[in-house]
Amino acid sequence: MEVIMEALPAFGDAWALILQPIVLGYLVMGVLMGLCIGVFPGLGGIAGLSLLLPFMFGMDPILGLALMIGMVAVVPTSDTFASVLMGIPGSSASQATVLDGFPMAKKGQAARALSAAFASSLFGGLVGAAFLTVFILIARPIVLEFRTPELLMITIFGLSMVGILAGRVAIKGVVAAGLGMLIGTIGEGASSGDLRMSSYDFPYLTDGLKLVIVGLGIFAIPEIISLLRQDRAISQEPQLGGGWLLGVKDWFANIWLSVRCSIIGVVVGVIPGLGGSVVDWIAYGHAVQTTKDRSKFGKGEVRGVIGPESSNNAKEGGGLVPTLLFGIPGSGSMAIFIGAIALLGSGQIEVGPAMLKNNLDITYAIVWLLALANVVGTVICIAASGGIAKLTTIRFVLLAPFLFMIISFAAFQSGQNLMDLVALFAIGFLGIFMRRFDWSRPAFLIGFVLATPAETYANQAVQIAASRFRKSFGEGIEYMFSPIVIVLLIITVISVVLGLRQAKHIMAEGDVKSGSKRAPLMFLLLLTGYIAYALFDAASIPSYSRDRVFPMFVASICLIGCAVLIIRMMLKPETDVMFADRETNGEDADATHGLWTTLGWFAGLLVLTALLGFILALVIFLFSFMRLRAGLSIAFAALYTAGGIAFICVMAWLLNRDFPPGLLQEFFDLPWPLT
Amino acid sequence: MSIFKSTRGVAMSMVAAATATFGLQAHAGGHGIDLAGKTVEWIIPFSETGGSAKWANFYAPLLSEALPGAPTVVVKFMPGAGSTKGANFFQEQTYDDGTLIFGSSGSTQFPYLLGDPRVKFEYADWNVVLASGTGGVAYLPPELAAKMDGLNAAPLQGEDFIYGNQGATRLDLVPTLAWEMLGLNVESVMGIKGRGDGRLMFERGEANIDYQTSSSYLSGVTPLVEAGTAVPMMSWGALDDAGNIVRDPTFPDMPTFKEVCEATEGCETSGEKWDAWKAFFIAGFPAQKMVFLPQGASNDAIVTYTKAFEEVKARADFAEISGKRLGKYPQMTGDAAKTAMESATKVSPEAKAFIVNWLQEKYGVSLK
Repeated sequence: MEVIMEALPAFGDAWALILQPIVLGYLVMGVLMGLCIGVFPGLGGIAGLSLLLPFMFGMDPILGLALMIGMVAVVPTSDTFASVLMGIPGSSASQATVLDGFPMAKKGQAARALSAAFASSLFGGLVGAAFLTVFILIARPIVLEFRTPELLMITIFGLSMVGILAGRVAIKGVVAAGLGMLIGTIGEGASSGDLRMSSYDFPYLTDGLKLVIVGLGIFAIPEIISLLRQDRAISQEPQLGGGWLLGVKDWFANIWLSVRCSIIGVVVGVIPGLGGSVVDWIAYGHAVQTTKDRSKFGKGEVRGVIGPESSNNAKEGGGLVPTLLFGIPGSGSMAIFIGAIALLGSGQIEVGPAMLKNNLDITYAIVWLLALANVVGTVICIAASGGIAKLTTIRFVLLAPFLFMIISFAAFQSGQNLMDLVALFAIGFLGIFMRRFDWSRPAFLIGFVLATPAETYANQAVQIAASRFRKSFGEGIEYMFSPIVIVLLIITVISVVLGLRQAKHIMAEGDVKSGSKRAPLMFLLLLTGYIAYALFDAASIPSYSRDRVFPMFVASICLIGCAVLIIRMMLKPETDVMFADRETNGEDADATHGLWTTLGWFAGLLVLTALLGFILALVIFLFSFMRLRAGLSIAFAALYTAGGIAFICVMAWLLNRDFPPGLLQEFFDLPWPLT
Repeated sequence: MSIFKSTRGVAMSMVAAATATFGLQAHAGGHGIDLAGKTVEWIIPFSETGGSAKWANFYAPLLSEALPGAPTVVVKFMPGAGSTKGANFFQEQTYDDGTLIFGSSGSTQFPYLLGDPRVKFEYADWNVVLASGTGGVAYLPPELAAKMDGLNAAPLQGEDFIYGNQGATRLDLVPTLAWEMLGLNVESVMGIKGRGDGRLMFERGEANIDYQTSSSYLSGVTPLVEAGTAVPMMSWGALDDAGNIVRDPTFPDMPTFKEVCEATEGCETSGEKWDAWKAFFIAGFPAQKMVFLPQGASNDAIVTYTKAFEEVKARADFAEISGKRLGKYPQMTGDAAKTAMESATKVSPEAKAFIVNWLQEKYGVSLK
């Protein structure tokens, strides 16, 4: 209580700072910019803040903060558009939203899903801010209690969500997660820099694959391709039902779920090192476990939207704690935020251990600016949701090339390299087949996201524990099994047991009919081959290096899973769920266009990029796609192409990016943007 | 006390600035280039989140104001392979119109010095226009610091130390070698993503020895020292004009590693081990971050950039705005920068051989 009394004067100071018309003006400006950036999948806080960075030098601190926080706060709000409307995870914060949000959009309930999501986002943001107001004063000692074993345990808890999302055949889910983890270990190991599944002769993979590329590849590309093949609009209903008011009512009916998920969001966000990249999955898992009738999850259950969306805005608030109190950024955007704060004014705000003592008023101003930005952003988003939801009634063939352009742009933002596009295409290919054969893509993604923390924390915890055990047995036990670890362990065990019992009902990939034996078995054998090679590759790392342990462990478990699956496939008849295959039945089987011709278009874009560079390739791709595939007039196709190119050039110019060059650029010096 | 420290630091940097300016004026003579309406790209071979990003973001707006024609200066991040990717890219560029510059860091220098097979760049081809120095401080928890016998670290030799290490071949090899020379039994826990994570590990009580570069020490560790949860052990020191290690001007009250080493039995401030440590300290700290123009840059361009950085340093508020973000270290231009680069990118074959062998034995790291 005493600490709060001491903080009271700072409360007043902070409000006085915020409630100036000019500050609010900057906040709204930041919010608008954040919404514009967040709408595009793959572009998030990092891109937005980089845009603002040049203006921060010497700016009045409170104005600069208002601008930046306005932007950061609403990215997890506006990225919902892509997740719900297109089935493309707008950022790592809204991956779980795709699971139920997109099926709702397909049923013509896009506006309802969106407004439920936005209401949850707003509420989450506000709960986060309220929680932080008190918590930030006492956070330091609590956060320091989360040592490496605790962080490892939280990572394992996150991984246990795979149990819920594993799909109808639990072992397939486990293997999918394991495969995700193996893909996550590609590149230089964190411990001694030994290479896994890569070589210095081919430097691209040594840095590992980026989350943007894997997230977009595994979710976005399969959805885009599938919708394109059916040649229709996203919504199956011509008339959009479920207005925005209905979504807000949905949220209100589930307000306690929203409260709980907000708190999950804020708490996980507070812990440095995890960056909250799994928080939406944990919230989704929680939503599933606390719902009586679970049969609708994966097919458009609104609770599956409310849970993750409540948590992801709350997480941004929680993420401020490590950022401001420890100077340790919880995410990439927070890292730029710290750098930008140092540029403000004369650099008097210094994040880190002294922040609360010297800048408590600024700290509170930041927390509450975040809450205000959430309110402003949500109101704008709800107002826009009805109109934007109409996108789901447009013929998808008109949207697809544009989406492809955007996700390609997002993908090569990370390395500005043609290989980024190749990686996107390759992961997309994997995603298409995982979707076809009912392998849980969420489980894969959770595995990928948590591979690095799981490996790093496991290695570190083992090493530090060994040192403690050398001192005394008691000290080692005390370190490994703190009360927090034990509580997390119990929660994890309960969640796994419950999850596996429920997993059969939750079809993360929707209902997939079974078909012939050959194709699913082929795919399984290919995966087994990759896993076996990954095991061999890791085993060839010298034995003193810690970098071999984790991939070998994961690959071994996966191989056992694969063996069980292969045996089951041999024993079961071809009507068994083991042989789920979308191509034999349902909408993919009835699609107007074949898989390979549709994929061919994008392979064409890739090849053309390699030859002519991205922009020239895009010109040819957009024009011929509109002309040949969509069957539009030359004039319209030309207009569409010009619009698309202009758009991408403006984006690249604003964000100061180059496009990947092709063979042509090797020989000729071309002006930007053709370089 | 702190006022005294900072005034002294300011004085030092002004002296440094003045010397450097003088050095330049003797040489300048070209006409300079005009960059009006152009965009200068400043390549940083790291991600948006590291110390080099902070350093470049600090200088970019100032440089923009100081360059003739006030071009836009944009920082372009090109991370990969621990900065080797960006450096290799820069090596392939040739001078065009002076709108391309490159910022390197200690993590770029070390693989170059150690003969990492991925290195395809050559510092001698580039033209240095700015060299920013820094320092580093090692610190301990109070109960371990209390065991030190004045400057003598021998009583710590029986302790088990844990250190969060960013990577055996990174700047972290300077502290780990120093501790080994003092006879301390330090176990490196690998997989730390930045020195901030190392400090957090120290704060959580998992690591019990740590080091930070000066600016991070000032912002991140000084509050801990004030709260009594950390005690500085030693600084790495700074170089005087004759190349001797002297006390760090930012931390004049802290003993240097050299002093601690001299007072600790078994630690020698001569011989191949010491020479290797000193060589890599010089490569890693007193000229940690440098700005380069690509190979083939005209004398005019070099003079223009040098003048611009001079102008930045001559700003009335420079000491104030740079103090917190860069620490109080010389920002060298002209001949001073060239000398700094020479010493940062050349180590004797003996020192290199020693470190390569040491890395192999201690960490099993092979640089083939």
